[in-house]
Amino acid sequence: MNNTQLSNHNAGLFRRRKLSNTIGLSLSISAMAIGMLLLIWILAVLFYKGFSEINLEMFIASAPAPGSEGGGLLNAIVGSLLLVGSCTLISTPIGVMAGIYLTEYGDRSRIAEITRFITDIMLSAPSIVIGLFVYAIFVAQIKHFSGWAGTVALSLIAVPVIVRTTENMLRLVPGTLREAAYALGAPKWKVSFTIILRAAQSGVITGILLAIARVSGETAPLLFTALNNQFFSVNMNAPMANLPVTIFQFAMSPYENWNGLAWGGALLITMAVLVLNILARVVFREKVQG
Amino acid sequence: MMSNMKSMIDLNKIDVQGGKVRNSNQDAHQEPVNVLEVRNLNFYYGKFQGLKDINLNIEQGKVTAFIGPSGCGKSTLLRTLNRMYDLYPGQRAEGEINFFGENILAPGQDLNLLRSRIGMVFQKPTPFPMSIYENIAFGVRLYESLSRSEMDERVEWALKKAALWNEAKDKLSQSGLSLSGGQQQRLCIARGVAVKPSVILLDEPTSALDPISTGKVEELVHELKNEYTIAIVTHNMQQAARVSDYTAYMYLGNLVEFGKTDELFIKPQRKETEDYITGRFG
Repeated sequence: MNNTQLSNHNAGLFRRRKLSNTIGLSLSISAMAIGMLLLIWILAVLFYKGFSEINLEMFIASAPAPGSEGGGLLNAIVGSLLLVGSCTLISTPIGVMAGIYLTEYGDRSRIAEITRFITDIMLSAPSIVIGLFVYAIFVAQIKHFSGWAGTVALSLIAVPVIVRTTENMLRLVPGTLREAAYALGAPKWKVSFTIILRAAQSGVITGILLAIARVSGETAPLLFTALNNQFFSVNMNAPMANLPVTIFQFAMSPYENWNGLAWGGALLITMAVLVLNILARVVFREKVQG
Repeated sequence: MMSNMKSMIDLNKIDVQGGKVRNSNQDAHQEPVNVLEVRNLNFYYGKFQGLKDINLNIEQGKVTAFIGPSGCGKSTLLRTLNRMYDLYPGQRAEGEINFFGENILAPGQDLNLLRSRIGMVFQKPTPFPMSIYENIAFGVRLYESLSRSEMDERVEWALKKAALWNEAKDKLSQSGLSLSGGQQQRLCIARGVAVKPSVILLDEPTSALDPISTGKVEELVHELKNEYTIAIVTHNMQQAARVSDYTAYMYLGNLVEFGKTDELFIKPQRKETEDYITGRFG
């Protein structure tokens, strides 16, 4: 049987296969194109509207009073930094230690399985539900909005992300490295914290950075907890200004300078998240090479 | 020297007496001392029996090699000697392994202390993700508190023992991962030697190395046996013949033959051993 015979014999089948290949390929390319187009569109509008609003005053002045000219986002920027910063300080040790528990101690035990299940639910929980939860157990008890309540709500979102990435990264550490450390007579906690955690260091840091990126744009959990503040304040026990809620309020307001500040703030937050994501990639790539 | 008590302190005493080979041991009239005596050892991976009724002695200051085809249980046997199997639920050993007369399979043994006395080097080099210096200091710090200068000396001593000092002395602060494969394996040996164990277990230490690195590791085994007792698992029969004083041939979880390496390779007692070492099987 030669080649011509073969292709003649299967000509119909070959045409059908070629056609379905073309259809499949064009479908996936157009899906990709739509996704990219939307993303570029969002970024383009954000830059177009926001870039002209970013100036020095935005960083040195607090939110303007209704009807007054100018003003900036200093109170919201500082508030967001405080909220996200304290959230990082709280959720990093909890998340990393829970991740270590899941790989090194719990492994396949019942408690570990339950923890994993709950973590997965928490990962996909709507953030507004988390905001309402913290409102009910925290804000309603102390009877006022506060920065701490906002921190707790953000931590509840960040912890599951850190737990899962830490667990996945620790699982990538080869078992032989664990055995080598045990073979020297090292106790379990020392193996976990000095050898395994260090071997997975950059992956764990990447997870933390991605969690920070995730919470820094969250609005819903802050609406019911940290609320917002028109004035500059570093008191974590009082309502606290923050970028997402400020953007939300300013964008809805009738004042033009407020709308402008909202665009500027949105661009600022997007850039911060972008930088965090790039940083995470750089850190992770270093691990792969080293 | 024998002690049947199982407390941690006793294991420490054993080390003081047993860690180093006495000079008199080289004397032919001296009775050989068995560091490890394996008695009626059975080992199970869940329901599968990996080792069947093993009996053998590992003599102090000698190199004992374990050979046999893949899956014959030689690595399993090695991993019972420092109870490495204990990390995995479902694996269990029955019988006795006496370490200077003390049964290490008995319940209540301090496994960390035991493993610091019976060191192990693995098939693949496993440097810790830290500097060369810290790789060695890590194990030492677990059981000794040394001053900075004492630690410096210990690190140098261990690296010299592992014939790595000349290559590594100028980059002690660099990552252990920056070394080549053969160097990494010698770093792992240095790390094991640095804690001054009585026994060093080598689990196919050269199977991931090139011939030159293999040669260096084999020379090292020769050097080290003056001060340590060594048990080595190898796939390479020539290697067993080159480095060991005693050889154990294992097949399907059984210890088929155990004896002096010269005798086992030149005139094996069992037909199965002869078939294996002459390459007719395996």
